[in-house]
Amino acid sequence: MTAAITAIVMPKWGLSMKEGTVNAWLVEEGAQITVGVPILEVETDKIANVVEAADAGTLRRKVAPAGETLPVKALLGVLAEPDVPEQDIDAFIAGYVAPVETESDADTAAESAYQFIEVAGLRLRYARRGSAPPVVLFIHGFGGDLDNWLFNLDALAQSNTVLALDLPGHGQSDPRLPGAKLEDLARFVARFLDVVGVKSAHVVGHSMGGAISAQLALDAPGKVDSVSLIASAGLGPEINTGYIEGFVSAQSRRELKPMIEQLFADPGLVTRQLLDDLLKYKRLDGVTEVLTELSRAQFGGGVQSAQPGRRLGETGKRVLVVWGAEDRIIPATHASHAPTGASVKVIEGAGHMVQMEKASEVNALLKKHIAG
Amino acid sequence: MARKISMKQAINEALDQEMTRDPSVIVMGEDIVGGAGAGGERDAWGGVLGVTKGLYAKHGDRLLDTPLSESAYIGAAIGAACCGMRPVAELMFIDFMGVCFDQIYNQAAKFRYMFGGKAETPVVIRTMVGAGFRAAAQHSQMLTPLFAHIPGLKVVCPATPYDTKGLLIQSIRDNDPVIFCEHKNLYGLEGDVPPTPYTIPLGEANVVREGKSCSIVTYGLMVHRATEAATALAKEGVDCEVVDLRTLSPLDIDTVIESVEKTGRLVCVDEANPRCSIAADVSAQVAQRAFDSLTAQIEMVTAPHTPVPFSPVLEDLYIPSAGQIADAVRRTMKGGRQ
Repeated sequence: MTAAITAIVMPKWGLSMKEGTVNAWLVEEGAQITVGVPILEVETDKIANVVEAADAGTLRRKVAPAGETLPVKALLGVLAEPDVPEQDIDAFIAGYVAPVETESDADTAAESAYQFIEVAGLRLRYARRGSAPPVVLFIHGFGGDLDNWLFNLDALAQSNTVLALDLPGHGQSDPRLPGAKLEDLARFVARFLDVVGVKSAHVVGHSMGGAISAQLALDAPGKVDSVSLIASAGLGPEINTGYIEGFVSAQSRRELKPMIEQLFADPGLVTRQLLDDLLKYKRLDGVTEVLTELSRAQFGGGVQSAQPGRRLGETGKRVLVVWGAEDRIIPATHASHAPTGASVKVIEGAGHMVQMEKASEVNALLKKHIAG
Repeated sequence: MARKISMKQAINEALDQEMTRDPSVIVMGEDIVGGAGAGGERDAWGGVLGVTKGLYAKHGDRLLDTPLSESAYIGAAIGAACCGMRPVAELMFIDFMGVCFDQIYNQAAKFRYMFGGKAETPVVIRTMVGAGFRAAAQHSQMLTPLFAHIPGLKVVCPATPYDTKGLLIQSIRDNDPVIFCEHKNLYGLEGDVPPTPYTIPLGEANVVREGKSCSIVTYGLMVHRATEAATALAKEGVDCEVVDLRTLSPLDIDTVIESVEKTGRLVCVDEANPRCSIAADVSAQVAQRAFDSLTAQIEMVTAPHTPVPFSPVLEDLYIPSAGQIADAVRRTMKGGRQ
């Protein structure tokens, strides 16, 4: 009766993940598990995160010990009701075959899931997942890229069409800007939606991407179904300019690491690979100039120059505001500037990258908000 | 999107992109154009191993085929650099530096200092290093320590295609003379390289593998042998950190010391001969600056103090192997204080 037995498997976080290491189990064998409970912590070459229960049941067996590195979809543990006999559990484990993903499959998948397109003369990278309406558009923040949504895109793609782009001057898009003001970037995002043939979308923005989302809702309300602002700029004047300047000027891993650690409530999440990827981006010709220009236009003089989020009430759009309580870049107190009627959630134990640190909580909030 | 290209292609792309970006960049050397321009086939050669192939068609006379006289054309490159050009001179094998050494160590390296900082010499000398090519004692040496010894020269020796492109572009943009050492047995190695130009700062080591038990510090081809050793040792529960120095002068000793402070053990690996080598230099600096962090003797794995043998069997024995590196790590794990 394998139907009563459920596998806990190595998750796939992002397209490039091929394997993960079990850092620690967070529950004991015999524990009663409910959906959403953190079961174990897994570390990839990019980041560490908790695996939360997708199914309910009793944890009958920890198959993968802490310290073990296993491919995506490998069996980590077994959930079943207490009345399922031990030999059935043994048989399930013995008979479990993890679907094999070869390296070339993964590379092909990564290539087809990222697409390139020309928008207003700039080459842009974006990802598209899922096919069900409505469309959800994800906009990352200053210095980020679409992989900042590593733990969110697939979850939202289950019941929506998900789009995520690398803003101009970011990720693998051309290192040039269509203009450095929020209005310029919002206009560019609107053009992007035109080019990919999307009339309107639920817009989700993180940090500077949140300010762009709010600006888009003000300037092109017809393109925006709802707004979700995550640790968003554009809701108040304060911003940690020490971080911004340090991030822009950092040339080496040693300089960059203390900056990136400020993004997380748990600095242990910052891996060597995460820093390497950021350095590879920052070293591209033109990127330092782009980041300098953007930071001057938006955070020059030590404050946020525009706060479109505070005017969102005028648009009549539904607004969700999510913050990590320990945000050291933009203070969580800005959540109180959300327009009247907005849903506001400040999540404990998370920093500026709340959508990574508390992914399932943020995903649940986004799903509920988008479903209306 | 990053795609996989070889180290040879990464060098070619770096030269191409810098020649496109900056009209003062010129490339010169023996047979770097080949037959083109000399009545032969337009795409012939592109250097002895074809690294500069195709550049002549794009950049024409900014690629100069030189006479077989290193003292003449290396001197010319250094002179051009003093006069505002950014020459990249290809000196086939580092072994031939002897015939133009005055121009390099007693002229180019000194100008900034002797002319009160008013003279800059932005020249890059690209050259092949290393054994394993069955090319005998006069075409196989790892002479990186000779150049690292001289103040005023920068010395680079990359291990991957990604680092090669970024370090070569940085070397071309740098205002000091750079000896850019390319391991001939890595030319075919493929890796992810962004098509956009980018730079990696000179003097920054790269931790290519993190570990807690022992630091293996090396550069060039040996980075791959060290990583191989680390993978084998991981199965024995020995968790090695591998540091790729990337630039030998300036040397990023801070990253090495940070690593040793974490692991307490150091194995220096150098394909050069042991006396006065990069391995000896790193070992001495760590012994001096991080003595209290060391829990065991420092080990060195180098070539023996002999010329590179012509016999293929002996040549293979001459080059430090992953097995020798792993044995050195095992000795540090056994030795010293607990």
